[in-house]
Amino acid sequence: MHNITVKVCMGTGGIAAGGDEVLAAFNREIAAAGIAASVGKKCSAHQVGCRGLCAKDVLVDVIINDSKVTYIHVKPEMVSRIVKEHIIENIPVAEFVAGDDYHNFHNKQFKVVLSDCGSIDPEDIESYIAVGGYTAAQKVLGSMSPEETTDLIKKSGLRGRGGAGFPTGTKWEIASKQTSEKKFLICNADEGDPGAFMDRSVIEGNPHAVIEGMIIGAYAIGADKGYVYIRAEYPLAVERLKKALDDARGRNFLGKSIMGSGFNFDILVKLGAGAFVCGEETALIASIEGQRGMPRAKPPFPVYQGLWGKPTVINNVETLANVPYIVRKGPEWFASFGTEKSKGTKVFALTGKIKNSGLIEVPMGIPLRQIIYDIGGGIEGDRRFKAVQTGGPSGGCIPADLLDTAVDFESLAKVGSIVGSGGMVVLDETDCMVNIAKFFLEFTRGESCGKCVPCRIGTKRLLEILERITKGEGRPGDIALLEDMSVDIKMASLCGLGQTAPNPVLSTIKYFRHEYEAHINDKKCPAGVCRDLLTYQVISEACKGCGACLRACPAKAITGDKKQPHVIDPSVCIRCGACFDVCKFKAVKKE
Amino acid sequence: MAGLAAIFGSGAMTNSIREIEGMEVIFIIGSNTKETHPVIANRMIKAYRKGAKIIVADPRKVPMTKFSELFLKMRPGSDVALLNGMARVIVKEGLENKEFISDKTEGYEEWKKAIEEYTPEYVSKLTGIPKDDMIAAARLYGKSRRAGIFYTMGITQHACGTDNVRAVANLATLTGNIGRESTGVNPLRGQNNVQGASDAACLPNVYPGYQRVDQDEVREKFEKAWGVSLSPQCGVTATEMMNAARAGSIKAMYIMGENPVFTDPHMHHTVEALEKLDFLVVQDIFMTETARLADVVLPASCAPEKDGTFSNTERRVQRVRKAVNPPGEARDDLSVIIDLSRRLGYDMGFTTPSEVLEEFGRVWPALSGIDYHRIAKYGLQWPCTSKDHPGTEYLYKDGFPKGKVPFVPVSFRPPVEIADAQYPFVLTTGRNLYQYHSGSMTRRVKQIESHAGDAYVEINPEDAARLKISDHGLVRVRSRRGSVDIKARITTRVSEGVVFIPMHYHEAAANVLTNDALDPVVKIPEFKACAVSVEAV
Amino acid sequence: MAKIKIDGIDTTVAEGMTVLEAARNIGVRIPALCQHPKLTPFGGCRLCLVEIKGFPRPVTSCTTPVSDGMEIVTTSPTIERLRRTVLELILSDHPNDCMICEQAGACTLQELAYEYGLRENRFAGERRVYEKKDGNPFIERDLEKCILCGRCVKVCDEVQGVEAIDFGYRGFDSKIVTSFEDDLNCEFCGQCVSVCPTGALTGKQWAKHGRQMGVKETDSICSYCGTGCTITYHVKNNDIVRVTSKEDTLNEGWLCVKGRFGYKFVSSPDRLKHPLIKKDGEFREATWDEALDLIADRLKKIKREDGPDAIAGLSSARCTNEENYAFQKFIRAAVGTNNVDHCARL
Ligand SMILES: Cc1cc2nc3c(=O)[nH]c(=O)nc-3n(C[C@H](O)[C@H](O)[C@H](O)COP(=O)(O)O)c2cc1C
Ligand code: SF4
Ligand code: SF4
Ligand code: SF4
Repeated sequence: MHNITVKVCMGTGGIAAGGDEVLAAFNREIAAAGIAASVGKKCSAHQVGCRGLCAKDVLVDVIINDSKVTYIHVKPEMVSRIVKEHIIENIPVAEFVAGDDYHNFHNKQFKVVLSDCGSIDPEDIESYIAVGGYTAAQKVLGSMSPEETTDLIKKSGLRGRGGAGFPTGTKWEIASKQTSEKKFLICNADEGDPGAFMDRSVIEGNPHAVIEGMIIGAYAIGADKGYVYIRAEYPLAVERLKKALDDARGRNFLGKSIMGSGFNFDILVKLGAGAFVCGEETALIASIEGQRGMPRAKPPFPVYQGLWGKPTVINNVETLANVPYIVRKGPEWFASFGTEKSKGTKVFALTGKIKNSGLIEVPMGIPLRQIIYDIGGGIEGDRRFKAVQTGGPSGGCIPADLLDTAVDFESLAKVGSIVGSGGMVVLDETDCMVNIAKFFLEFTRGESCGKCVPCRIGTKRLLEILERITKGEGRPGDIALLEDMSVDIKMASLCGLGQTAPNPVLSTIKYFRHEYEAHINDKKCPAGVCRDLLTYQVISEACKGCGACLRACPAKAITGDKKQPHVIDPSVCIRCGACFDVCKFKAVKKE
Repeated sequence: MAGLAAIFGSGAMTNSIREIEGMEVIFIIGSNTKETHPVIANRMIKAYRKGAKIIVADPRKVPMTKFSELFLKMRPGSDVALLNGMARVIVKEGLENKEFISDKTEGYEEWKKAIEEYTPEYVSKLTGIPKDDMIAAARLYGKSRRAGIFYTMGITQHACGTDNVRAVANLATLTGNIGRESTGVNPLRGQNNVQGASDAACLPNVYPGYQRVDQDEVREKFEKAWGVSLSPQCGVTATEMMNAARAGSIKAMYIMGENPVFTDPHMHHTVEALEKLDFLVVQDIFMTETARLADVVLPASCAPEKDGTFSNTERRVQRVRKAVNPPGEARDDLSVIIDLSRRLGYDMGFTTPSEVLEEFGRVWPALSGIDYHRIAKYGLQWPCTSKDHPGTEYLYKDGFPKGKVPFVPVSFRPPVEIADAQYPFVLTTGRNLYQYHSGSMTRRVKQIESHAGDAYVEINPEDAARLKISDHGLVRVRSRRGSVDIKARITTRVSEGVVFIPMHYHEAAANVLTNDALDPVVKIPEFKACAVSVEAV
Repeated sequence: MAKIKIDGIDTTVAEGMTVLEAARNIGVRIPALCQHPKLTPFGGCRLCLVEIKGFPRPVTSCTTPVSDGMEIVTTSPTIERLRRTVLELILSDHPNDCMICEQAGACTLQELAYEYGLRENRFAGERRVYEKKDGNPFIERDLEKCILCGRCVKVCDEVQGVEAIDFGYRGFDSKIVTSFEDDLNCEFCGQCVSVCPTGALTGKQWAKHGRQMGVKETDSICSYCGTGCTITYHVKNNDIVRVTSKEDTLNEGWLCVKGRFGYKFVSSPDRLKHPLIKKDGEFREATWDEALDLIADRLKKIKREDGPDAIAGLSSARCTNEENYAFQKFIRAAVGTNNVDHCARL
């Protein structure tokens, strides 16, 4: 008797790629083929959270007994062949099956937080319970004191995954020692970094792990009320989270006297309005309190005076999702991964000019090179790697000669970047570093809440200077000015946003000063990105005088007789690149 | 404020404004504090931020209700019922201050019987306040031992004003919420120097410092101090003056800084009275409605043009300084009076304001410690009985001057005029934030006029709909005494059946309508409730 | 109590006090723009940054509570550099309007720019430009001068309880706004004007009447309601140009619309300037002697013929204690009757 399971990736990426239709097609085909009757096989097609490799959605696993085959880029029209050839005839459809890339992508990873993501049904609490879910909470509530719980987390070495890397056990311990009849635990699922989707994926793929982590945390600190602050732009995550909360309540994993322990705890969902700064803990608190999401100065820290002035622990989604696994498998197990000071694993969103982009989970301390070349499969189009930006708008870039840097809190800080929440953007030779800095500053300038001067006006001024540099209007002294301002803005800003906003500027200057100099002194963009600095020229020797460029130029900047070398008038040229693109003879040169 | 004085010994605020901050419960009844005493409201808000609970009882949803724990929206003139009802709840639930009652009061048992009939159901019927809200308010106030009551004209300007004040006092006495820091009974004075004008005895029955004219030893003291023989007869009150003038028994009046034509109830009577006089002198800064009727008008100075002192609502004597010269030949009132007195053959014996205050202190010990040096920066609160006395922040710390505090039974009497078929609305009057009193000052401030220059009558949306009255539309408000045409302002601030007109606008003067029925004891007219009809025009 | 050290000076202060308050207590001055002693701390202007031993970065002294053993340095080359940069950033987005600004001479920002000698600006760039003027009659809101210190927002909420204004928009585009950006329509207490450290909020009626030069200040008491707020008249050429109230008054510097903006009646052209005597129903100007003699004669006559009780005096709660005292003494001693009252009961 065969045990057949079909799993369709139904994370946001999967759904966007047509996961719904694929799932429907499987259901239809399996029913139509009357498989259960004729072959006697038992099938279920269920929804699965994010598999990580978003570029290859829709991903489908077909598991027959214990042998799993993964299909990539599955479209509904491919389903009938998979059902017929693989499920009925037991011959996998080779041309659809994922290749080495896919397997490398997974083999170099180590999954804790994501271990059940992609294999359990996130909308079914039983599915989580079946893999040991809620046993950690049961153990803690049933047999451990709050002190033992914080000790256990302290021993594991778990540090916050929301950016700052503060030791979670210590945070819990401080909160647990506050004498207040009211305390709160908040799960920070605001995730506002551009390009980051780690937390979304965890909630979509395994919401119960987050809930279980919160139960354990709340018990440890003595909170009876929790909040998940999640951005409204994550409708699927919100929906699954709410369902999971309802189911957990139904099983008395939340509510009064959880599992008969006498411990009360419930969780409310608060939708964030989508401001990056609301992920900052004090702004988040203000937002829950119904005020404008503006950060407050620390100290006092939220563990002492947080929501409504009461001791409050704020933890990131990933931090909390680690907790049940740590409890189940023991702190020693967790501490066996990673480096001396950075334990466990970290989830990253690998994006940019990389072959395998997607969500990855790696042990702390893994060299960047392994992430980029082994897991990521190297640079798209096999171009030259230039740098990798970690930590999003708060982070920095790391150049090629530092590719062997280990990915952990200390090592990344040493080279001028941060682990951050887990954004990892790969840049290649076609990326202009000044432009990259400008991109991040545009983001932070727009997201600054406006409360404090250095960030409100400083990011604007930084951006203005970067803009003028990319326009060829850079002035001598601009680099020094950028550096001076950056240092002051970092030191003088109120919250983490302003304190880190200049990082992309500082690190690009640090490692790519020559690019800045080329922009300012030579009025050139070495990567050929900054439009105002480009010149297009016809190489007379190569020009066949076909006139294609002349016709394509919207500014009528090109002249030339038939069969004669054409000429571009730089004073008329608007640097759109149309000529460059149409020339079949590569006779247009871009500098 | 005879009502309060008769019970506790003084009619003044027992606490100081600063102490509001320390109150646990603030019970505001008949005071639109946020508009009439905005800076005192700031203190109340400060107290609120520190956790104080605020109860507001008013016929209108006044702005302070934004901060109130309980808002008791009551019928105009039903204060006694509410206060007696609350007292009864406190007694029934055993929340009274037994120690205070037995040590410091008298007449408790008798009074207790008198409030027996004010059951929550009955009170709710009389006041229109839901029973449970009234009970909740009683518990909140009754459980606190650091509570303050605040009231203004809403309590006093009724024919039963004295009863209202007594009922307030009973409530404070019952709970012992008086005589301690941040605990007391606080009438808020409407005008800047009501307290001072009373202290200085511009009152017909007392000499400065509330010393009775009908007591021989007192009179003799003043005769000695002033070097003249004095009349042993009590004089007449302002409202009685008008009646006497109409009757012809008063022939001359000297009015300093007042505009009774405008501010007295029943305006037509007042005009008639003043026209009947043989001789009228008005000393003022503007040609007021009253000044127009005068035989001689004297140009006076306003506050920034003279030196002197004002005593604010918390009994604090504060220094007023001259900042500008008066216009033209205008003079300060003091020098005019001294001059005139000399022409009548009596030498006042002082020339400068500080000499006047010194004399005031000599005849009233409560002021004897106060002089211009001591109040150069901060005023001092009387009693301040010697040069090293720090002033008195709250009254009755060391007991009550009359010994025991009496419980005075009072019973609810409906307003003299009640709504009927012909005049189906109850009109209540008052102030708004922007204008002041008769408007002689504020209405000459262009900015204020441009923002709040139009008279209006507040009317509930339901009533407005029924009478087809539109917002800002003109309506005619009519009472037994007269009628005014005025713009409607449709708002839920007032309940159905109640309309409100601010007192400031001569073009639609509320006092054309109001009733000059007087409180029998203190002779305050019933401004706060009369019957009117309203129609669209 | 917490034992702390500020710039090497040992001091003991109450727990819960902020570092800024503790420093001011012992006379150490720390510059600040957004901090206001009567409002909750904000921490936005960043001028009051100090270094505290053991803290990884400078912190704002206005928001940091003291704790036992703290060692605080309020000025250092780094701190001064940061303050300078912050000020320069503020000024890079501020109109250079001091010449014609109502607040010149009483502006905290101007004073700090002066103190730090800031003229050139490394950061010169785009400035906020707001065309729309607020049409309310009392308060000029020139938001290009606003430094977003938030004091006005706080005072309007915390002290006044009105919440008429709040922060709007984000980042560089942040702006203090009313709901829907309508004209301000509030209680017009002007508390916001009084706490604004710049010329962004001023009284409309102040404009062009006189700033600091030649303006004399006189402390007095407001002549409206019975609260008796202490006010300061600012006078130039015998004209009240402004009314303010100091922070250390019993009213804590707070006023209402009448006290703060209701002073123009003083210079009203309607003021009575001469004694007037009515003749045949018409008033004519008279001298004081004429008028007072006439009054004396008539009163004497009535007193003689009808007795003193045929005369009555009405005084005013708006006059001073001294005037009221003199008035009743006049009626009682000079006229001889107790027929004297005032409007208190009304
Ligand atoms: C501008 C800014 C944005 C942030 N956004 C997030 C976020 O989206 N999610 C998050 O978990 N932490 C975010 N943080 C970090 C939080 O302030 C806080 O440190 C974190 O939630 C603590 O959780 P952890 O200890 O589990 O990391 C942000 C910080 C800053 C300064
Ligand atoms: S650093 Fe930026 S985001 Fe943070 S408080 Fe200041 S202005 Fe707001
Ligand atoms: S005038 Fe007063 S009410 Fe109006 S905005 Fe300013 S502080 Fe608020
Ligand atoms: S208007 Fe004035 S008080 Fe308000 S934020 Fe701007 S500068 Fe500060």
